[in-house]
Amino acid sequence: MISLSVWEILHFLLLAARWTLLLSAIAFLGGGIAALLLLLLRYARPRWGATLARYYIELLQGTPLLLQLFLVFFGLPLLGIEVSPLLAAAVALTIYAGAFLAEIWRGCVDAVPRGQWEASAALGLNFLSQMRYVILPQALRIAVPPTVGFLVQLLKATALSSIVGFNDLTRAGTIVTNATFQPFLVYGLVALIYFAMCYPLTVCSRVLERKLGSY
Amino acid sequence: MGYQLNFWALAGYLSLFAQGAGTTLALTAIASTIGIALSIGGAATARWGVRWARSLIAAYVELIRNTPFLIQLFFIFFGLPSLGVRLTALQAAVLAMTINLTAYSIEILRAGIESVSRGQREAGLALGISPVAVFIYIILPQAVANVYPALVSQIVITMLESAVVSQIAVVDLTHVADYIQSRTYRAFETYFAITLVYLCMALSLRWLLARAGSKLFLGRSG
Repeated sequence: MISLSVWEILHFLLLAARWTLLLSAIAFLGGGIAALLLLLLRYARPRWGATLARYYIELLQGTPLLLQLFLVFFGLPLLGIEVSPLLAAAVALTIYAGAFLAEIWRGCVDAVPRGQWEASAALGLNFLSQMRYVILPQALRIAVPPTVGFLVQLLKATALSSIVGFNDLTRAGTIVTNATFQPFLVYGLVALIYFAMCYPLTVCSRVLERKLGSY
Repeated sequence: MGYQLNFWALAGYLSLFAQGAGTTLALTAIASTIGIALSIGGAATARWGVRWARSLIAAYVELIRNTPFLIQLFFIFFGLPSLGVRLTALQAAVLAMTINLTAYSIEILRAGIESVSRGQREAGLALGISPVAVFIYIILPQAVANVYPALVSQIVITMLESAVVSQIAVVDLTHVADYIQSRTYRAFETYFAITLVYLCMALSLRWLLARAGSKLFLGRSG
C-alpha cells in the first residue's frame, strides 16, 4: 500500500484522462465516417444497401458493447492481425459509434422535406450531388444537437476499454485504488472527472437544441 | 492463420448459458421494476415538487447520466464498504442498475407527463378528485402510454449494459462466457455465441414489451 495525496492521485488520473479523450476522438471520427457511408448506403439506389445498413445497426444496437469489444479483441488475432488494447478499443468503438450515428443522422435526413429530393432530382443532380449540396447541409442543422449528445454516450462508453487493458481513466482509477486502498476517494474522483468532461457537452447539446431546434 | 473455428467445444456448457442468461434477465427485471416505480415518484417530484426536491432530482439525473455505468458500479461495490455499507456483488449490481435506470427513466417519464395536456389535470381537479388520484389514474396512464417505446428501449439498454456487472464477479451471461473461454481456450467462439444470445434476448424482450404495451394501452396512446 502506498499513500498518495489527493493532488497526486488527481494528477495521475488527469494524465490518464487524456487517453480517454484521445480514444473518444478516434472513435468519433471513425464512427462519423462509418456512419456517413452507412447513410449513403441507406439512401442509394440498390435497395439491398438499405437492408444491409438496417441489419448492421440492429445488430450493433442489440448486443452489449462489452462483447463487441471482446469479439474485436479476440477476433482480429484470428485474422492474423496483432491487436493492442488501443487498437481493439478504437475499432470496436468505431463500429459501435458508426451504428448509433447512422441511426441519429438518418432521422435528420428523413426530416428534410421530400420536395427537396424531388426538386434536386428534377435539376438533374445525381445522388451524391443531391446529398452533398442539398440534403446534408439541411440535415446538418438539426443533426448537431443529438450528435453532441451522442458524444457524451461515446465518452462514457470508452470506460469499457479499461477491461481489455487500455490505460484510460477507468483503468488508472483501478490501478490507483489497488495501490492506495482508497476506492471511495479514487472512484469518486474518477466519476467527477468523467462528469467534468461529459456535462459541458450535455449542456452544449441542450443549448444548441434550443438555438437550432426550431426547423 | 490456419485457425479452425470450433463451436462444438461449447456444446457441453449449454446449461451454464441458460443459467447466465437467467441471471441477466433476473437482474434486468428487478432493476427495471424498482427503477420504474421509483422514477414515477421522481418524475412527479421533478414536475410538481418543492424547489429543493426538484433541484435534488435534477442533480441526481445529471450526475448519473454524465458518468459511465462501470464507474457507478465500481463506486458502489468497492467504494461504499469504506462507509460501512457492505454489499454482495449481486446486491451491488442490482443497486447500480436500478440507480442508473431510474435516472434515465425519470427523464423519459417527465417528458411523458409534460406531453399530457394541462386540461386533463384541471378537469380532474374540478371534478373533486384528489391531486394524487388525478396523477395516478388520469395523468400517469396517458404519460406512460406516450413514452412507452422510449421506456422499452431503456429497459433493453439496461439489459445490454448489465454485461458490465461481470466485472465485479456477478455470474451473469458475460461472466459465464469468461469462464467458458478460460476452460476451452475458444475465446472468439464463446463470445460470438454469447453475443448472439444477447441479441436474441434483446430482440425478444423488445418484441414482448411492445406487444404487452399494445395490449395495455389499446387505443389510448397518442
